[in-house]
Amino acid sequence: MTFLGRLGIDSLPFYSPVAFAGAATEVLAALMILALVTWKGWWKPLFRDWIATVDHKKIGIMYLFLAGVMLLRGFADAMLMRLQQAMALNSDGYLPPEHFNQIFSAHGTIMIFFMAMPFLTGLINIVVPLQIGARDVAFPFLNAVSFWLTGAGAALVLLSLVIGKFSTAGWTAYPPFSENSFTPGPGVDYWIWAVLVAGAGSTMTGINVLVTILMRRAPGMSLMRMPLFTWTALVTSILMVFAFPALTTSSAMLALDRTLGFHFFTNGDGGNMMNYANLFWIWGHPEVYILILPAFGIYSEVVATFSDKRLFGYTSLVFATAVIGVLSFTVWLHHFFTMGASANVNAVFGIATMIIAVPTGVKVFDWLFTMYRGSIRLTTPMYWTIGFMVTFVIGGATGVLLAIPPVDFLMHNSVFLVAHFHNMLIPGALFGFFAGFSYWFPKAFGYRLDETWGKRAFWAWITGFYIAFMPLYALGFMGMPRRMEHYDVAGWQPLLITAAIGAVFILAGIACQIVQLYVSWKNRESLCDTTGDPWDGRTLEWMTSSPPKPWNFDRIPTVHSLDEFAWRKETAGFVDEPGAPDVIALPKDSLLPMAIGASAFIFGFAMIWHIWWLAIMALLTILAMLTATGFTRDSGLRIIRIENRDAARAEVASS
Amino acid sequence: MTTTSSYPDRGSRGSGWTAVEKEELERAVRERQAGFWLYLLSDALIFALLFATWAVMADRIATGPDTRSLLDLNKAFVETMLLLSSSFTFGLATLELRADRVRNCLLWMAVTFLLGAAFLGFELTEFMGLIDQGAGPDVSGSLSSFFTLVGTHGLHVTAGLVWLAVSFIQLLVIGNDIQLCARIERLGMFWHFLDIVWIGIFTFVYLWGAAA
Repeated sequence: MTFLGRLGIDSLPFYSPVAFAGAATEVLAALMILALVTWKGWWKPLFRDWIATVDHKKIGIMYLFLAGVMLLRGFADAMLMRLQQAMALNSDGYLPPEHFNQIFSAHGTIMIFFMAMPFLTGLINIVVPLQIGARDVAFPFLNAVSFWLTGAGAALVLLSLVIGKFSTAGWTAYPPFSENSFTPGPGVDYWIWAVLVAGAGSTMTGINVLVTILMRRAPGMSLMRMPLFTWTALVTSILMVFAFPALTTSSAMLALDRTLGFHFFTNGDGGNMMNYANLFWIWGHPEVYILILPAFGIYSEVVATFSDKRLFGYTSLVFATAVIGVLSFTVWLHHFFTMGASANVNAVFGIATMIIAVPTGVKVFDWLFTMYRGSIRLTTPMYWTIGFMVTFVIGGATGVLLAIPPVDFLMHNSVFLVAHFHNMLIPGALFGFFAGFSYWFPKAFGYRLDETWGKRAFWAWITGFYIAFMPLYALGFMGMPRRMEHYDVAGWQPLLITAAIGAVFILAGIACQIVQLYVSWKNRESLCDTTGDPWDGRTLEWMTSSPPKPWNFDRIPTVHSLDEFAWRKETAGFVDEPGAPDVIALPKDSLLPMAIGASAFIFGFAMIWHIWWLAIMALLTILAMLTATGFTRDSGLRIIRIENRDAARAEVASS
Repeated sequence: MTTTSSYPDRGSRGSGWTAVEKEELERAVRERQAGFWLYLLSDALIFALLFATWAVMADRIATGPDTRSLLDLNKAFVETMLLLSSSFTFGLATLELRADRVRNCLLWMAVTFLLGAAFLGFELTEFMGLIDQGAGPDVSGSLSSFFTLVGTHGLHVTAGLVWLAVSFIQLLVIGNDIQLCARIERLGMFWHFLDIVWIGIFTFVYLWGAAA
């Protein structure tokens, strides 16, 4: 064992020109950002206002930034795969198999763990404390730690492109293929440690949001007066707290197998790879709902606001959300019907899976009835919502098909499955996050997003989605397996070329979104949200300024009704009590969360490359930092005195 | 749910704090207690899955020795007694802290630490003994799951001992105040939780082993 473990000059990506170009792009982009920050003199404000922050709104924005960066990377992977499959009839295409396998593994890992998770966590961070009338989350410091752990995991995945290789075992890392005997080298270890580090962050986020919602609601806000997005955030957090331990366990076992020669999932010596499939999907299926439920919450908020109506069937939506949360733990086996469970076991899980369609159907009807006879405003968030409703139902129908075990025996591992889960997660999660992004953007940034470019983005995305994924359903029926690097069935190629064209449309959608951000920023004066309530909103977050002050509300509002803000607007003669506290305590900023994230990154890197001394040092650093915080005599709070409210506001604005 | 009013507020560090700060910190203590319960639930799931894995893999010994017949029930009984009495002494420490008798509390914390360290010592000798007999975790799936289940518990005990040592020094340096008192109470929850897990291990690993 050498000083640098198995790290060496041969770890650099000279094995494939495409990988080398990707790595070079990544390194150049990083260098350019560093140069830009230095040239503009942004280091100090960057550290003071962002890296050291524990403010839930700023942490939320940083999550969104991370999600955006990783969306670009994950989408680049998707483009590469679509191009390869469009070309590779009876030929090698342009990607070597080893590289193609890394790309589909990275695509799935990035999109689930480092795009969708940060996206929803960012939105929850920005919105939930505002919706429940709180000044911050329950554990702001821990919140920052969670963010930097997620960032550390994402950084490990990005680094794998430059140093070493990423996993070739798919985003699920199924053994025995992911074991040392078939996949030596650092690839699978990159996957394991990225997922473990980010998963620790997600577990802590779950705990944090749960305690925030249960213990920090404004007076009068009973559970059944919570906005629906807060409800879905609550259920999603419960799922995070209870599902992520399974991922931690299965990944840690795989790490023990690979690093210390254990035999959890190996072929011989008493290993049992079925146990991995079970453990992984005990996390994996609830994870689907961790991603989708917050989007359901966003659609509910958007539909109610832009139909100018109370949500139809609020109670049934709450119960449907909770039921989906419970049922999500009872269906994991449908991910491996073909792996040898008995017919009866398969039938139980198949029926449980179909039952989930019931509460989901309830939700779709609730949204439709909310729109019924509402005065509908067709804004960008509403476009995403309606697009979702139409598209998601198709995905749901194919899901019910796959829930029938005999059908699944025919369709499993085909691109029909790929089409199905993209059909669930793109409209069911991503469109929702886009809707939430444009809906709450003015709250977070103080100005609205450009509607024209937003709608262009929507049309490009949804057109692209249909063109890219409907052919995959057909290809699945034609027997095309997923993850093919090349093939020899001429009949598949036209449909694969069509799918690649769909991906180009999606690329146009992403381009529109980037243009939208630029145009909106340029026109931020005219798009400025001066009232804090740009959409005639119904819930508490629209009662405060955009962007809100660091303490969110001068006075914590008292809640009288569901949709409190709408109630206040509609109740004639309602006058809010005057006065507000003149002293507010907020948590102090700290650089420690970033330092902990950085140490976790170094720890992960050291474990991947077997640099044991460095791993131990990184762990001890984290321990030392945590111990040191226990000895501070400071209360950890900064006190804001609001003697002159306007002056205080000005002071905050200038700092 | 514990109320903050039951915590003594005698430490040196809170004396200069304003009423707003104190109010915030009392709320923070309540929230941290709730959050810690959730963490324990989440951790309990890790152990549940490790127990399930042991149940699935205990007999997958391949060409290795029969794990269950290797286990020494007498040693495990001593370990159990050590850990259970450490839980009792930790309970006494918490009571003394609540009553603001810091010296007594420090004494019981020291006793708890020694009992916990002794437990860990026994466990490590057991592990060493198994590895010397050619029954290490890399021999079979059964032994992998045994070492991981019992070892994860042992790692938790180690973390608890580190936390205990840090708290001991904190109590000496800072004195007894709301934050520290509540933190030590959370450590107590952690310590008792590990006891419960150990009872599971004693039953499903060692007693089941003795039946083999």
